[in-house]
Amino acid sequence: MSETPVNLVVIEDEKPIRRFLASALDGDNWVVHEAETGKQGLIEVATRKPDLVILDLGLPDMNGIEVIRQLREWTDLPILVLSARTQETEKVLALDAGADDYLTKPFGVAECMARIRVLLRRRNQGSAAPAQTFCFGPIEVDLVNRTVSKHGSPIHLTPIEYRLLTTLIRNSGKVITHRELLLAVWGPSFSEHNQYLRVYMGHLRQKLEDNPAMPQHILTETGVGYRLLER
Amino acid sequence: MTDTRPDPDALLDAIKQDELAARRGRLKIFFGACAGVGKTYAMLSAARVRQQEGCKVLVGVVETHGRKETEAQLHGLEVLPPTRVEYKGRSLAEFDLDCALARQPQLILMDEFAHSNVPGSRHSKRWQDVEELLAAGIDVYTTLNVQHLESLNDVVGQITGIVVRETLPDHVFDQAEEVALVDLPPDELLARLAAGKVYLAQQAERAVKNFFRKGNLLALRELALRRTADRVDAQMRAYRADQSIKPVWHARERLLVCIGHGPGTEKLVRSGKRLAASLDADWIAVFVETPQLQRLPDAQRARIMKGLKLAQELGAETTILGGSELAATLLAYARTRNVSKLVVGKTSAGPLRRLLRRPLLEQLTRQAHDVDVYVVSHEPDQDNAAAQEGFNSLLFGEATRQKQGHGYVAALLACLLTTGLVSLLTPFFDLSNVVMLYLLAVVLIAVRFGRGPGVLASVVSVATFDFFFVPPRLSLSVSDTQYLLTFAVMFAVALIISQLTARLRFEANIATYRERRTRALYDLGRELSAALTANQIIDIAVSRLQPLFNASIVLLTPNSQEQLRAENDSAAQADLGVAQWVYDKQQAAGLGTQTLPSNAMLYLPLKAPMRNRGVLAVLPEQLDQVFLPEQQRLLETCAAQIALALERVHYVEVAQDAIVAMESERLRNSVLSVISHDLRTPLTTLVGLSSLLAEGQVDTAKQADIAQSIQEESLRMNHLVTNLLDMARLQSGVKPNKTWQLLDDVVGSALRACQRNLQGHQLEVALASDLPVLEYDAVLIERVLVNLLENAAKYTPPGSDITLQAQAEGATIRVCVQDDGPGLPAGLEQKLFDKFSRGNNESTTPGVGLGLAICRSIVEAHGGQITASNRQPHGAAFCFTLPVSQMPALPGDEEIQP
Repeated sequence: MSETPVNLVVIEDEKPIRRFLASALDGDNWVVHEAETGKQGLIEVATRKPDLVILDLGLPDMNGIEVIRQLREWTDLPILVLSARTQETEKVLALDAGADDYLTKPFGVAECMARIRVLLRRRNQGSAAPAQTFCFGPIEVDLVNRTVSKHGSPIHLTPIEYRLLTTLIRNSGKVITHRELLLAVWGPSFSEHNQYLRVYMGHLRQKLEDNPAMPQHILTETGVGYRLLER
Repeated sequence: MTDTRPDPDALLDAIKQDELAARRGRLKIFFGACAGVGKTYAMLSAARVRQQEGCKVLVGVVETHGRKETEAQLHGLEVLPPTRVEYKGRSLAEFDLDCALARQPQLILMDEFAHSNVPGSRHSKRWQDVEELLAAGIDVYTTLNVQHLESLNDVVGQITGIVVRETLPDHVFDQAEEVALVDLPPDELLARLAAGKVYLAQQAERAVKNFFRKGNLLALRELALRRTADRVDAQMRAYRADQSIKPVWHARERLLVCIGHGPGTEKLVRSGKRLAASLDADWIAVFVETPQLQRLPDAQRARIMKGLKLAQELGAETTILGGSELAATLLAYARTRNVSKLVVGKTSAGPLRRLLRRPLLEQLTRQAHDVDVYVVSHEPDQDNAAAQEGFNSLLFGEATRQKQGHGYVAALLACLLTTGLVSLLTPFFDLSNVVMLYLLAVVLIAVRFGRGPGVLASVVSVATFDFFFVPPRLSLSVSDTQYLLTFAVMFAVALIISQLTARLRFEANIATYRERRTRALYDLGRELSAALTANQIIDIAVSRLQPLFNASIVLLTPNSQEQLRAENDSAAQADLGVAQWVYDKQQAAGLGTQTLPSNAMLYLPLKAPMRNRGVLAVLPEQLDQVFLPEQQRLLETCAAQIALALERVHYVEVAQDAIVAMESERLRNSVLSVISHDLRTPLTTLVGLSSLLAEGQVDTAKQADIAQSIQEESLRMNHLVTNLLDMARLQSGVKPNKTWQLLDDVVGSALRACQRNLQGHQLEVALASDLPVLEYDAVLIERVLVNLLENAAKYTPPGSDITLQAQAEGATIRVCVQDDGPGLPAGLEQKLFDKFSRGNNESTTPGVGLGLAICRSIVEAHGGQITASNRQPHGAAFCFTLPVSQMPALPGDEEIQP
């Protein structure tokens, strides 16, 4: 964490949730600005210049997705979306509109802090040159020489599998939707062919995970996409 | 005792009449012998008196014919403006019934009671408008001339030589509360006429010549006086009966009028009516359908139908009887109906026919010992020519005539064949014997093709026999006179046989025809009794009636607002306005009825015991298929059956609704009790624990403990709420959002989601390595897996083994969650999947019994099945299947070398 306190804008109409977030982020390192409506939130974001926005999708005055679109017109600051479990399609829409990650209500402090940290770190890393190697668990990926090894022994990947893996690495820690993955790996003409992604993701897991049925690193975010856990 | 007791039925009748009269308006008829006696004037003066008494009077229709005195009487009375009706390009003034009903006067004046409305009006006759006004509780004053009374119509025609077309049914006249006779001696009337007070001057002279002859006027006056006297007499009798002055129980007379196809039918019916009226008797008009009558030309059949219809209008009960012998059938029917008098028309059979067949009259008088027979004469036969028209009856239409055409050809061929055969046999047999072969041919032809070909065959047979075989051969002359006898006998036998066989065929045809009608009714009844919904009934009715009446059928049923709506596509033909009227008034309307006869369709109300159930609209292609009285009775019976079926279905629906309402009420109660219990328990814990924290007297170690408990309780509530929401969502019919994916994906996320619950259990995951890519909704299937895994963890002791297996099984993939816990209660394996059903109701394990119900809904929405079973030696297994289908092909991919 940097020495300067982190600025946060919380756009959420439910007061108890705002209060909960404010007390969770209480401390010297955090400054939380609260906004009750979408319009107020947009103004807050424009005036406070925060490091991160926490946005509830169900707002009284405007659609949360519309808020994301308007924000994305002028800023790429991280947006963390809050939504209920049954709103999978809304989550995907929000992520595709430009949100960086999501939290399903109800959520705990630990989960929330973890997400915020990942997003802030990614933002700070943004300008730095990418590292030559990327490690998660026993897997080591050499991004310059394009090699992958597990416990030190090399693993053969197909070009698509490799592209898939590097896309996940680029977004490590945060969720990446099916559509984003398809666009990045196969290109725009395949963005509807979900089955490709599923099959190759299955191959990738078979090759990288100890127990593909209980993956530890490449996690499925049901109905939304995938997430590569570092650790 | 019986002497002093009035007839209970008569009393009941009187009460009914009183009740009806209390609600209905009163009808007063100003009755006169002819135009000009001052009926309209009298009516207007009476109305003015009523108005002065404070009654709200409206002039509906008054024809002043330009008479000044009458016009003066109109002054000060409110006159209803007429409506304009378009008819054949002209706009005609007509009485505005709806406007009159809307104004709700206490008394309305309607001149010329027998007036016929312009075609296209609601009713064809003014008296029907009046009926509606009376039914609305409005008093009506009206005027009527004696020549317009239906039963006197022909008498007046005979007297004056002018036939009046506008007639009024006698029952309407008889039902009037008051009849005021407006009388003027003929001399005074003629004087008024001469003074120009009746008609305009230039019309007067011609009118006097044609109509206003003193003789005529005298006769008409006598008729009017007599008719009024009859009415007064009837009233007197009614009064006496009412006051028990003459409590004699006398058997009512019953009259049977036998309608024939002769030209005097209408007169016969009218005479019958007059006779019945003078005897105060019920009367029945019958027509006996004998095989001979089936061959009548159309014109005569139409005359019969017209006669029956007239009788119906004049208040008779009408019936068509079937039988081979006219007199016997008539008398048998007369005896069953307790008929005391029989009315028949005079027959004009020629002397030859008289010889062959005894006239009806003679037969009747010979056989009828207990019944009086009245004979009514008729005018000389004018339309004998009609009798000469070709055969064309309902039974023997185009197809039959074609068949007869074939028959004539066959007759000629048969004779040719027989001639050939006979020529082969003549060397061996005697001529008088081979003749038998010809007879055989004639019989066969007559049996097969009927009378015409039979007659032809007999003629040709005799001719060919003579020509080819009787010496001198090849000539029609006969050398031996004894052959003349052979010819004569042969001809006679052939004719009689063909006649007999033809008659047999006719009777068989009629029997078939009757059988068909009975059969149709029976079929309709049977099918209707099996129908479960109103739509089924409508379909059955339409499909059955359409061929039966050769007509388009539309059934209209009301919605909850009592507005009719059409059920089948052809409904566009039906006029909903007319149908609605029929439905509201419970009266038939349209084609062939008194109301809106110009409409193309006939509308019948579907009357059921409780209420009207709809309207049956019939668009006939052939009029007689629907309007033969017998067909019409069939149609009415069908309508009654349909109405009954609709009513039955209606009550079934009512009962079902009640059951469904009860069921959903029960479900709602159980939902509420379950939810209130299961929400309150964690809430109580939360409130308790948080208040403990708020007091701030707990040490740090305990604080963490309490926080842990609060979190667990909250998560459990979250779980319950999620389940309830899922159930609600699934019940509202959410479609699974299926995408192609591997099972591993969802298994992984499900295991992660219930990581916490599975702590303390031994979990084994065994997914077959060759599982195909499936098409499913990941969110929903994850829900199924999570619910099954959580159940397994919840209902087994810690340390139990839980196995998650998946393998391909034919065209499906089978996923099983198994445990080695205590297993399921026996016999509840299927019931577990019902909503709010739990294995053990007394269990303290929290839960509402929704999890498995959700699983079943989801799996079934994916086209799979879910089952529960017990394992040996113990433990439970929940398995579900997902269908496998062909996945679209994948593009190729090569390995890269590191």
